[in-house]
Amino acid sequence: MEIDISKPILDRNEKLAEENRNLFAEKGIFVVDLMASPGAGKTSMILATIAALRDRYRIAVIEGDIASKVDAEKISAHGIPAVQINTGGACHLESNMIQRAVEALDVDELDLIIVENVGNLVCPTEFNLGENAKVMILSVPEGHDKPHKYPNIFSISEAVILNKYDTIEVFDFDETEFRDVVKSLNPAAPIFPVSATKGDGVDAWIEWLVDRIEATKAAAVD
Amino acid sequence: MHEMGICQGILDASIEAAEKQDATHINEIRVSVGELTEIVEYALQFAFDTLSEGTLAEGGKLIVNIIKPASRCTQCGTEFEHGVFDAQCPECDNPFNDTIRGRELHIDSIDIETLEE
Repeated sequence: MEIDISKPILDRNEKLAEENRNLFAEKGIFVVDLMASPGAGKTSMILATIAALRDRYRIAVIEGDIASKVDAEKISAHGIPAVQINTGGACHLESNMIQRAVEALDVDELDLIIVENVGNLVCPTEFNLGENAKVMILSVPEGHDKPHKYPNIFSISEAVILNKYDTIEVFDFDETEFRDVVKSLNPAAPIFPVSATKGDGVDAWIEWLVDRIEATKAAAVD
Repeated sequence: MHEMGICQGILDASIEAAEKQDATHINEIRVSVGELTEIVEYALQFAFDTLSEGTLAEGGKLIVNIIKPASRCTQCGTEFEHGVFDAQCPECDNPFNDTIRGRELHIDSIDIETLEE
């Protein structure tokens, strides 16, 4: 006997991501999921973002790593609330982990949460966390061919940060090739060449992020 | 990479519908999966074999209808099929297009045994 079901399949991660999304929308919090390879500069970009925006927005950071509190400690040393998730082996963050981390934050006193995902160009792309925007960082030493090899993370990110741009003369990085391939995968995503630790190019990223945050707030009011 | 969670979703919905009909067994579950979801079919089948054990769906078949991506050009309105990473209008080369097919993740129907049969 055949039974028609005709329903979308919602897996558990999506259900929890939806719960997260609703909570963040209700509290007016903008959430960024920052993804990149290990060592590409996620924590440094977060620190640069905090330095630029801490007087404008109340910020917290959720750190994802397989082990250790190294990153959360770096953030909290600057007086910003940071929650460390240790996945103990999982190569990406999932919505249930974010849900648990958020319990340790005061959601009534926040405007912006930056989630630093586990260093990985593959798996984080497949898991919604309830964020407003996924952003990825590619650092110059990693090479200009990464969009060919890892197309998904470039396609699904709203913005691409090209970090360690100050080293471009040292490495054999073809910026034109890089930009062409990223554009073919994701014509809408801006590319921000920066040096997170030196501050070069960070202003353009901050301007974009502020526009995104303010647009989301304005849409929520309507 | 995500196929276990997706498969659990498929099984939960199927078993719920089957139990409403007092089913004794689920013979087939038919799902539609768009290529843009990047779900790997063999991983989904593997997850199904594992997760269906001990449930009404044990021994049943998961039938996956793969849907090819298609988009409509925002410039000239042409509708065209394409691959996962190359949605460029074949008529005017515009890379900005609206996806009309390929993101489906849908449970379509199930085939069950009931005591009356």
